[in-house]
Amino acid sequence: MAILETIGLEKRFGGIVAAHDVSLAVEKGARHALIGPNGAGKTTVINLLTGVLKPTAGRIMLDGHDITALDPHQRVRLGMARTFQINQLFLDLTPLETIGLAVSERLGSGGDWWRLVGSKTAVTDEIVEIVERFRLADVMHERTAILPYGKQRLLEIALAFACRPHVLLLDEPAAGVPEAERHELLATIAALPAEVTVLLIEHDMDLVFSFADRISVLVNGSLFVDGAPEEVARDPRVKAVYLGEEADA
Amino acid sequence: MTPLADDVSAYLKQRARWSPIEIAFWIFAFATIWLFPGKYLIMKDTAILALFALSLDLILGYAGILSLGQAAFFGIAGYFSGLVAKYGIVNEPVIALILGGLVAAALGFVTSFLVLRGSDLTRLMVTLGVSLMLGEVANRYSDLTGGADGLQGVTVAPILGLFRFDLYGHNGYIYCLIVLFVCFVIVRRIVYSPFGLSLRAVKGNALRAAAVGIPVKWRLVAIYTISAGFAGIAGALLTQTTAFCSLDVFSLDRSADLLLVLIIGGTGYLYGGLIGAVIYRFLQDWISTLTPQYWQFWIGLVLVVIVLVGRDRIGAGNEAVRNTIHRLGMRLLARPAALGSAAPDGH
Repeated sequence: MAILETIGLEKRFGGIVAAHDVSLAVEKGARHALIGPNGAGKTTVINLLTGVLKPTAGRIMLDGHDITALDPHQRVRLGMARTFQINQLFLDLTPLETIGLAVSERLGSGGDWWRLVGSKTAVTDEIVEIVERFRLADVMHERTAILPYGKQRLLEIALAFACRPHVLLLDEPAAGVPEAERHELLATIAALPAEVTVLLIEHDMDLVFSFADRISVLVNGSLFVDGAPEEVARDPRVKAVYLGEEADA
Repeated sequence: MTPLADDVSAYLKQRARWSPIEIAFWIFAFATIWLFPGKYLIMKDTAILALFALSLDLILGYAGILSLGQAAFFGIAGYFSGLVAKYGIVNEPVIALILGGLVAAALGFVTSFLVLRGSDLTRLMVTLGVSLMLGEVANRYSDLTGGADGLQGVTVAPILGLFRFDLYGHNGYIYCLIVLFVCFVIVRRIVYSPFGLSLRAVKGNALRAAAVGIPVKWRLVAIYTISAGFAGIAGALLTQTTAFCSLDVFSLDRSADLLLVLIIGGTGYLYGGLIGAVIYRFLQDWISTLTPQYWQFWIGLVLVVIVLVGRDRIGAGNEAVRNTIHRLGMRLLARPAALGSAAPDGH
């Protein structure tokens, strides 16, 4: 059963068609990768899925709900969270405060204005679990702005994970991470719980083929090929359009 | 609980602890009642300005909303508390004060929807426009408000039926100081709550805030409303302690002064409005006794100097102060943790 599905999704910016008739189905529990050359519309699709952009046409279904008209924060509450290609973190807060924020929000106490932060054990217990899972315990009291890039990348994923999503969208999670810190990041991604469905938007072919059990290829705003990794790797059109470009680069 | 959970909980709570400097600040503030008996009037003005600036800091420093229209809330509650006292509708000042705050908050809630669309410049213009419009409304209905002559004939009953507003401003000052302190404690509590933390997140990165499930718009509506309420309490205090209210409560000067106060004092750490108000008010007083005619020139000069030269340094200072406090906090936290591991039942 598809947990996340788009039906004929389209987005135009004036005369430019950034996404055209995208019908994508992500199965429950899948490790699904969305790949495509630069400018193929991957980020547009992510922004449509999360509600940052509203589609010109088409529908988006999450877990059987039509979420096309919902605001970003409402989609989060229905169980879909994302990370960003370029870190979008709260630089003045510590990782602890950052994760606490998301956990409080999910447990419905984010609007409490009379209780002090840190006074609810349900919240602190969950913070601890996430801090440990994402190996952030040693830096949790530092300001996010001064963390090493690899740690910021981990926090980026931890923050999305703290929303306890059924569907997690990872937008180029390994982008720009130095070789030395890369292993830790990939190990953490590989260790994400199996029940969380992951849609990975990625450039890095090693990561895609080692991680994904299904791959969709987006070219010029349209879905081009959709299938198991072996099929996609064998497909001559993909080689021509995508891998060919990689080889040139 | 695991040690890490203890650490997390202790760290999060420790953020909100009153530091010795803060306690000293408030002890000194209350000591001024006995230390400077001849200065009640200016100190009372300062306390009102400080509360007013605190209300702006709440939206500017914590939510990133720039406003030139706080005077709208100050003014409406000022007239409200004057009118209810004049016509004997609500005689007890504290109740009138709270009602004034609620009226201002209601206005804040309604206008928040205008203010929260658009960018900084749009917000600046909309907030300014709202306060100018209210000023004209008060001018138009001069039968009720006294128009350009101001609201005359306000007699304010004793506070809680016990303390009369005396000629020297003694009780008036204590009243303002207590109200300022109570409001400060409430604001402080709000700022250190999950709600306050989510505001800092919205200010830091609204896109990401929405992506972790924070209803950005409603949080901003809420804080704008709360801020309006505190601005209203400040306005009501002014009317009650002077037994008078005039159209200048709505003036642009009043909102602009407030930004100057926060520029002097800094934003986003709660004391900026308080310290800024003290410096601004006493600087004004001192210069105007030196050169009664040209004091605004010197105020202007001081501001230019602060903005051009001092701002970076003040900013750098804040950073250094923040890091120091942070490090101290870490050390204080590390100690009980170390004790805890040596003797599990130690504390």
